[in-house]
Amino acid sequence: MIRPQDLLCPKPEGLYCAPGDFYIDPVRPVARAVITHGHSDHARAGHGAVLATQATLDIMAERYGLGFAAAQQVAAYGEAVDRDAVAVTLVPAGHVLGSAQVVVRWKGLTMVVSGDYKRRRDPTCAAFEPVPCDVFISEATFALPVFRHPADAGEIARLLRSVAQFPERAHLVGAYALGKAQRIIRLLREAGWARPIYAHGALERLNALYERHGIDLGPLEPATSATKRDFAGEIIIAPPSALQDRWSRRFPDPVSAFASGWMQVRARARQRGVELPLIISDHADWDELTGTVEELRPGELWITHGREEALARWAELHGVPARALALVGYEEEDDD
Amino acid sequence: MRAFAELLDRLSLTASRNAKLRLVRDYLRETPDPDRGWALAALTGDLSFSAAKPAFIRKAVEARMDPQLFWWSYDYVGDLAETVALVWPRRPGANREPELSEVVEALRTATRPEVQRLIEGWLDAMDEPRERWALLKLVTGGLRVGMTARLAKRAAAEMAETTRVEPAEIEELWHALHAPYEDLFAWLEGRSEKPSSDNPGRFRPVMLAQAIDEAVDFAKLDPAGYAAEWKWDGIRVQLVHEGGVRRLYTRTGDDISRTFPDLVDALFEEGVIDGELLVLRAGPTGNQVASFADLQQRLNRKAVDAKLMARYPAGLRAYDILAEGRDDTRTLSFAERRKRLEAFVARQASPRIDLSPLQPFASWPELAGLRADPPPGDPQVAEGIMLKRWDSPYEAGRPKGPWFKWKRDPFLIDAVLMYAQRGHGKRSSFYSDYTFGTWTEGEDGQRVLTPVGKAYFGFTDEELKAIDKYVRDNTVERFGPVRSVRAEPNHGLVFEVAFEGLQRSGRHRSGVAMRFPRISRIRWDKPPGEADELVTLERMLAQMEGR
Ligand SMILES: [Zn+2]
Repeated sequence: MIRPQDLLCPKPEGLYCAPGDFYIDPVRPVARAVITHGHSDHARAGHGAVLATQATLDIMAERYGLGFAAAQQVAAYGEAVDRDAVAVTLVPAGHVLGSAQVVVRWKGLTMVVSGDYKRRRDPTCAAFEPVPCDVFISEATFALPVFRHPADAGEIARLLRSVAQFPERAHLVGAYALGKAQRIIRLLREAGWARPIYAHGALERLNALYERHGIDLGPLEPATSATKRDFAGEIIIAPPSALQDRWSRRFPDPVSAFASGWMQVRARARQRGVELPLIISDHADWDELTGTVEELRPGELWITHGREEALARWAELHGVPARALALVGYEEEDDD
Repeated sequence: MRAFAELLDRLSLTASRNAKLRLVRDYLRETPDPDRGWALAALTGDLSFSAAKPAFIRKAVEARMDPQLFWWSYDYVGDLAETVALVWPRRPGANREPELSEVVEALRTATRPEVQRLIEGWLDAMDEPRERWALLKLVTGGLRVGMTARLAKRAAAEMAETTRVEPAEIEELWHALHAPYEDLFAWLEGRSEKPSSDNPGRFRPVMLAQAIDEAVDFAKLDPAGYAAEWKWDGIRVQLVHEGGVRRLYTRTGDDISRTFPDLVDALFEEGVIDGELLVLRAGPTGNQVASFADLQQRLNRKAVDAKLMARYPAGLRAYDILAEGRDDTRTLSFAERRKRLEAFVARQASPRIDLSPLQPFASWPELAGLRADPPPGDPQVAEGIMLKRWDSPYEAGRPKGPWFKWKRDPFLIDAVLMYAQRGHGKRSSFYSDYTFGTWTEGEDGQRVLTPVGKAYFGFTDEELKAIDKYVRDNTVERFGPVRSVRAEPNHGLVFEVAFEGLQRSGRHRSGVAMRFPRISRIRWDKPPGEADELVTLERMLAQMEGR
């Protein structure tokens, strides 16, 4: 009888597919890799051959240089690619531009590796597509019932209201450089913010990459003192780490905002000195995680990085056999 | 409720005073009556509920979700109200979200079982965790968002757009107003006359002193410019006799006339006196201050009888005059007010009122000597010294410069950690409340520790972590949230404990109770056997009582 663990099993390098001889998002250099998306803890440099979406390969090339892997192969969404006896299909995950779930089919068995995903609309990437499967391998970054992300439009409205309320201050929004930053900018445009948005230097190349992939970010300016002496009333986007360093001191009495799912918990906001927490996440929240399992009703649920125990318990209570894989090497990326 | 929730959420994460003012001002401008009035009352502390106990909230949420998932959530978040606000399951099709005023009005009239059903219904109806958090904070009386009543009133003054309103005007009006303050907002928005504040017998906002910074301030201050008084260890009050109305107020304007009928009648002339409420007993050379414990016998009592008043006679030690007859004296200098006060108090010839004496001095070093070693009599039990600039008018609030308080150095003892208890909120994962003891002779003649007090502050976060580890590594026994810690002459942890005073107590096994104890130093180096004896505290107490 064919067992799921014959097709995919956890190894120190990452999730390994023996019949196809490849790893998914390996944390160490391997001969053959399938990469779900461009975040650096999932997409590392130095593999032999890499299979990913065009956008993910572009992001890796932007980050690590064109020679990030010996060989690259593009997989379009929905198009099956053979890896020895195994058919590999990348399907949108709704996480960031180019992000994909990996659907692995072999001898009538279908397993889906979600990678990082979310279910709500994101104007900067294709929406998650549910794929019926025997085993669903889910992320669990926000797998605790306390994480219930509100509607992003409401959070953006809170930011704009604060800008109107404190016109003499700059609003400094911490956002992860890949995906979150561009999503915030797009959401601001949708909410009617037409002024230039000032971007930290670390975001420039990824912003340009998104633009090349057809995401219109509107007028952007570098957030350097040369461009504008007084940032009062303006919105500046920067990687979260820049919020607390010297760089942020150039702005007048800034309101420190941080766009992250972790901002749901007050103590986290307090620890980082965040005055305006924006609960906007590129990961599925508790309701999305459990709702997806309910929708797919897989024969088995495997859980990768995050809070495995809570999601596993929920699944057991709802009659879905669950198993925690305890993969290591993936960071709480929203925390930067 | 949504706007109020958003306001509380932002206030709780905003440090800057000006930003807080802006947030409250804008909320008051944009929110209709009566919601904004109830919100203002909640921020000033004039509205508080304890409609729901934590146990009820926990039970309600555990009936709706898996207790294990709840426990993991609570453990992660650390705060019960916040956890429940986050995990409360949505119930589509529940009633519409309540307005703040609906919540307040329902809570004011409902019985306890009704209240619980109401709260669950509101939580079901609310869409966002922020709102549920605000509701839970409101109904459990845990509304702490770093906003003082003074600041909230100042924000109300700033909401006026057409006329300039001074914060002191609102302070002065405050006790003529009642939530939800529709008349106040009507005036601030220029829609009606100022609500009347010159009703006779009203409270006048008090002037407060700043703590002196010895290292900085004395170099800049001229001793000839300041008067010195003793700072008494009682309760700051305002005694009013005006237009035939007699009142006694606390410094925040609470009317406590009914608790002190023996003092309310003491002024035969009309006037308003600022002073210290004390238990005063006749001594050989005038009134003598009794201990704070005696005063406590008179506080928080609804009914007072002649026996209690005879045993603990209340008195006023006067230090300022705010009105004399029909004259408002607050714009006069302290020197002029003092002259008027002395004459006024003398004319009342009441044994219930005396004058807080000035302490003459020529230089700051001389005054420092007096503070360290006060002259015989009441100054021996004073809390320290007040400095008041001779030329200063009486200004409501805490203006910088005219008045300073210079507290006596705290008392110190070395005591041994005996028990530790888990803290609350973000300290819930730490043992942060400590009971400590001093040595005494046990029944069999052995030296044993007896608990003398409890403290839960005075240490840094780093120190807390270190003590917490010490507690876990040296636990002798556990009962519920409390651990008893190893405490032997050669093994244990010594705290240097600072406190403001001592009083006799029947409730404590040691017979003494400390006032404002806190950890001033952790003596990792000191063997517990060398910590203080209970007799040291008894000697201190005798000194304080005997003078
Ligand atoms: Zn990711």
